[in-house]
Amino acid sequence: MKKLQELYRRLEARGLSSEQRQVIEWELHLAKQVGDPERKHNASPPPRSRSLYRYNDPELLQQGLPSPITAMVAYQTLDRLLERDLQREKDGFPRKIRVGKLVKPGRDGDDKVVVIPTTVEEKLFHDQIRDESEGEGEGEGEEPGEGGTGEGEEGEVIGEQPVHEEQGGGSGAGQGQGGSHELESTVYDLGRILTEQFALPNLKDKGKKRSLTRYVYDLTDKNRGFGQILDKKATLKRVLQTNIGLQRLHDLTQIDTDKLIVSPRDRVYRILSKEKDYESQAVVFFVRDYSGSMGGKPTELVVNQHVLIYAWLTYQYQKQVTTRFILHDTEAKEVDNFQAYYAMQVAGGTQVSSAYRLVNQIVAEEELARDSNIYVFHGTDGDDWDTYGEEALPELEKMLVYASRVGITIAENGFAGSSRSEVERYLSKSGLLEDKKELLRMDVMSKESTEARIIEGIKHLIS
Amino acid sequence: MELISQHAKKIMEGCKDRAREAGLRFGDETLEYIVTNRDLLELSPKIMIPTLYDYWVQDVEVLRESGRYELYPNNPYETVINTRPPISYYNDNNPDWLNVMIFYHVIGHIDFFQNNLFFRHTAEYDFTSRALADKRLIARLRSEKGRWVDYVIEFSKTIDNLVGYYDLLANINQTDGDRSSSMLDFYFDVFLQHGLRSSMNTFSKEIERYNRMLREHPEDGELLFIKSITEKHSELEALYAKKLVEKKTVGRCDLLRFLMEYSPFLNREENRWMLMVMEVVRSTSLYFQPQIRTKILNEGWASYWHEQLFLGDDRINGHEVDFAIVNAKVTSMPRVGLNPYALGMRLFQYLEEQAEKGRMGLEYFQTADQHQRRTFDQGTGKGRDFIFHIRENYCDSMFINSFLDQEFVDLHRLFVVGKRLNQERKTWQYYVRSRKAVDYKQMVADSLYHPPRIEVAVADNKALVLNHVFEGKPLVRDFIQGVLLGVEFLWGSEVHLFTSDPVPVKAGSESDGQLKEERPKRIINWKRFRYAMKDRSLTRTLAE
Repeated sequence: MKKLQELYRRLEARGLSSEQRQVIEWELHLAKQVGDPERKHNASPPPRSRSLYRYNDPELLQQGLPSPITAMVAYQTLDRLLERDLQREKDGFPRKIRVGKLVKPGRDGDDKVVVIPTTVEEKLFHDQIRDESEGEGEGEGEEPGEGGTGEGEEGEVIGEQPVHEEQGGGSGAGQGQGGSHELESTVYDLGRILTEQFALPNLKDKGKKRSLTRYVYDLTDKNRGFGQILDKKATLKRVLQTNIGLQRLHDLTQIDTDKLIVSPRDRVYRILSKEKDYESQAVVFFVRDYSGSMGGKPTELVVNQHVLIYAWLTYQYQKQVTTRFILHDTEAKEVDNFQAYYAMQVAGGTQVSSAYRLVNQIVAEEELARDSNIYVFHGTDGDDWDTYGEEALPELEKMLVYASRVGITIAENGFAGSSRSEVERYLSKSGLLEDKKELLRMDVMSKESTEARIIEGIKHLIS
Repeated sequence: MELISQHAKKIMEGCKDRAREAGLRFGDETLEYIVTNRDLLELSPKIMIPTLYDYWVQDVEVLRESGRYELYPNNPYETVINTRPPISYYNDNNPDWLNVMIFYHVIGHIDFFQNNLFFRHTAEYDFTSRALADKRLIARLRSEKGRWVDYVIEFSKTIDNLVGYYDLLANINQTDGDRSSSMLDFYFDVFLQHGLRSSMNTFSKEIERYNRMLREHPEDGELLFIKSITEKHSELEALYAKKLVEKKTVGRCDLLRFLMEYSPFLNREENRWMLMVMEVVRSTSLYFQPQIRTKILNEGWASYWHEQLFLGDDRINGHEVDFAIVNAKVTSMPRVGLNPYALGMRLFQYLEEQAEKGRMGLEYFQTADQHQRRTFDQGTGKGRDFIFHIRENYCDSMFINSFLDQEFVDLHRLFVVGKRLNQERKTWQYYVRSRKAVDYKQMVADSLYHPPRIEVAVADNKALVLNHVFEGKPLVRDFIQGVLLGVEFLWGSEVHLFTSDPVPVKAGSESDGQLKEERPKRIINWKRFRYAMKDRSLTRTLAE
């Protein structure tokens, strides 16, 4: 907290517009409410108990229960469903099947995607009154409460539940229930679906193929005398050469193959041999702003988009993708896996430059630029305490030297009103979007964006 | 799916005899099937009706939750379905004693289905056969019309919670006869009381005048009176005619039916097949309406009886402990949470005892003395009759509102749980928020199923106008687009929805962090908005 205020004072000294001050003060206010941002980052959303209508006979009477994931859809079915979805679009109705919310990365970096097509049945239902500014602490005492029985005076605390540090990723379906029933697939398949069904563009060959110190073994070399597979055509040529050399063939129009002499050295085989691998490789940095203002929708949009991008790149690079996850508020840090990347809660202030600096540092230290194509995807709500990008832009320029693509997603939090956010403003001003069009892309989404919009955004970011 | 063994069937028949002796009433025929997990996977998206029509959403996981709370309740998988004969499902490896317990539970449900008044409209036909016919119909249509059948199903399903279930109930057993009010009724009931010059004085004077005329002219007194009033109020006739037209409009709160009757698009010759599909969706929805409105009652009733009857059953002596374990799981009150089985069963037991001692009468309620109340016992012996009466005439909301009193809350030490985040300890804390019956009742009532009330009308420019009657809650905004899109398709031109959305008012935002406990109560401003769907695009404007 002190650090934040110090930073604020420093910025203040440099001069701030009133609008800017307002944004910073708001985030500071949020930060004050939740206390230590570090602690808040690690919190999970409140637990829910099950509703009245979730109790049912088969379960209670020990009769077993069908899996909550009723749709164990085989792949061809999924394809069929997606075809239907595509048809919907042609018929002028919005798509209904969602695939983007289904990602459930493995705990140990062993990423897996649970592909369960999901949908919602839209009806007119009563909603609870939601706090519009969801980032603003927790609506304590305002939720309608639940039933309970037993001892305890009014006001007495009857139980506690630890707020988990990490919690299952993937909103919506696939929230960990019924593990054994899940149909698991790789991110690769989701990427395939995205590429095919949503017509995401194919990756352009950047001609950046580099050799790796890896070999594959293949039956490509030829060897005379011995080997694994007889190359008949080559052998026959050899035999003819030998026989012509021995002057055993006089009339080339009429060859009597029975009379040919076959030397052991004439036999040509294909033989297993070491090959250098020339495949390209990619390192993808996912950078997410987890400052206080990102609460609710912006975070959801950013994370969903990143999941899809990740799946798509995995497909395009034939799984040769390494991912790095970076979160930032006023400071940036790297986390190990998608799980953590997803689950961290928002809090604190915003300094975009911190994240860019960390990415540059990692790339430099590990010499990633030499061997890999580097992609950086950054999701933010566009607020930045560094109003004019004085620190962020130089870092960004540094990044653009080595990166194959930097994609910046701005999911507006709707707080700053209609005006454009800082990040958007200083990026456009810098002219980088025009000068380095091939390397830098920006996508601005409103808070209410749908999944279709997210996919549109990806097309823009990666095309 | 196969029928249960003869051995199990014999046990079931024995259970039926014992249940009948205890006073339950139900039809003789029942069907029991053994189901595997695979069967269940196929059955559950079809709401356990094996013959329900096919629809692609059944292959897809339907998300029913959004954000941090459950968005809407649905009819869950049940062990028994309300058909004629009722069908119930069992695992193939249940021991006999467990089957007996489940049988009794199932019999409790069957008795409830067949006697509760809210299920009246389901009594006349066998839903499985009808569903089979519907399934064939839809399959045939699909072979002709292709995917458009699925669109119609989809769009109809978006509004299948707005089906006028209570209208249906009200019209059952009611002869249509002379229900339309005469001009005379209109004059006295509406015109005089709600008109411009309504006063008690004129009203009683007019009645007096009417009676006098009848006395003086026994032949044509009424005609004379009507003549006199139409002369006096020239606008009366026009108003009455307008009223008649309004009355005739069907389904004012039944959007699905309204569309079927009046949609210009659907009534075009080439689109008439859609009506059949919509009727299938509508009747299916109506069939399930009572089930979700009687969850607590139905489960409470079944639990009450499986306990009563199982313990009295001489055939399975020696399994009391096994039974106790399973029964405790079903019917124990959770420390935090709301178990409809437990709550319903306890309410039935409580009410039986209260009625048994004559505590439902005026005399008891007028007794203020606590000691006298505690020992109040008239020995009426009417306990059973009373709970049978409830089983026949109540639904969940009535049940909760009528009988959840402080005595019951104290008896079972019920309370409303609050939940808050403790920043220091990094935990979610559950605390006792209230032990008052009023609050508890409110909490239960809030969690009951309650679809919004949408009134339908047609505007002058042929646009369909949906008016959401405000009940203190907004509609789920994310869904409005999808619903209106479907309604626009079915109506054939633009659709307007009027509803209230909360507009947050920033309450004193300069809180100091420590004063969190006493945060000012949130102030909500409700504003009426109009959502207009035209040419498949939605606009939202302030309507006031």
